[in-house]
Amino acid sequence: MDATSFVAELETHRRYLLRVAQLQLRDGDLAEDVVQDTLLAALKARDGFTGRSTVKTWLTGILKHKIVDAIRQRQRQPLVMAALEDETDLDDFDPLFKDNGAWAAPPAEWGDPENALNRRQFFDVMEVCLEKLPPNTARVFIMREVMDLTTEEICKELSITANNLWVILYRARMALRLCLEQNWFAGSVPG
Amino acid sequence: MGRSLHAITHIVSCKEASRLLSQREDLALGILDRLKLRAHLAACTMCSRFARQLAFMRKAMQRYRDQD
Repeated sequence: MDATSFVAELETHRRYLLRVAQLQLRDGDLAEDVVQDTLLAALKARDGFTGRSTVKTWLTGILKHKIVDAIRQRQRQPLVMAALEDETDLDDFDPLFKDNGAWAAPPAEWGDPENALNRRQFFDVMEVCLEKLPPNTARVFIMREVMDLTTEEICKELSITANNLWVILYRARMALRLCLEQNWFAGSVPG
Repeated sequence: MGRSLHAITHIVSCKEASRLLSQREDLALGILDRLKLRAHLAACTMCSRFARQLAFMRKAMQRYRDQD
């Protein structure tokens, strides 16, 4: 692929990279800078792209490092920790459970959810659900599920304990599950 | 539901099972937690459903990342 075509190919992924960076950084300007750095780095590294993964996966890998660098540079750890205390309260999901620990609002039957993965609209809905997550919750969830960082790496990057991490990921998964159920799978036959 | 099955599902509540299932996504559970969870899932269709939905969400996030 010649340079011009490669640039065009990279540009097609800008929107996706911006969405991921925005979910992570919650700072529009910083997200734009990080994505720009990512695309420039990708252009420079063109010869190193083996084609073993898709361009999108390869770009996500570069983006991950740029985001981690940006988070490190931002040096707002005290703010992050203070905000985290709000987001590490497990009690928010108590309404979903009765006092004896049984489901108060049990998960609905989703039918065959695999079909959703073929629908563009499903991922639009999922993006909206991710945007509704509290900022630090979203950041951690994306680091884990998209950036593929290990739990140790995330704890180190954000200076949080493993316990904080599990609580945050639990909240993220509970919220995302509920949001997807209400906004996509709600039409399924109730179980 | 027999009394023994009832007892097993109450070693671990659905709330606790949901936390263990989430934790299992990131870290292998200890043998005791694994046994408790397995016993609970064997007797609880709602948590089994929840477990499937968690697995689906992970797949969806990976597809979101990898798919053009």
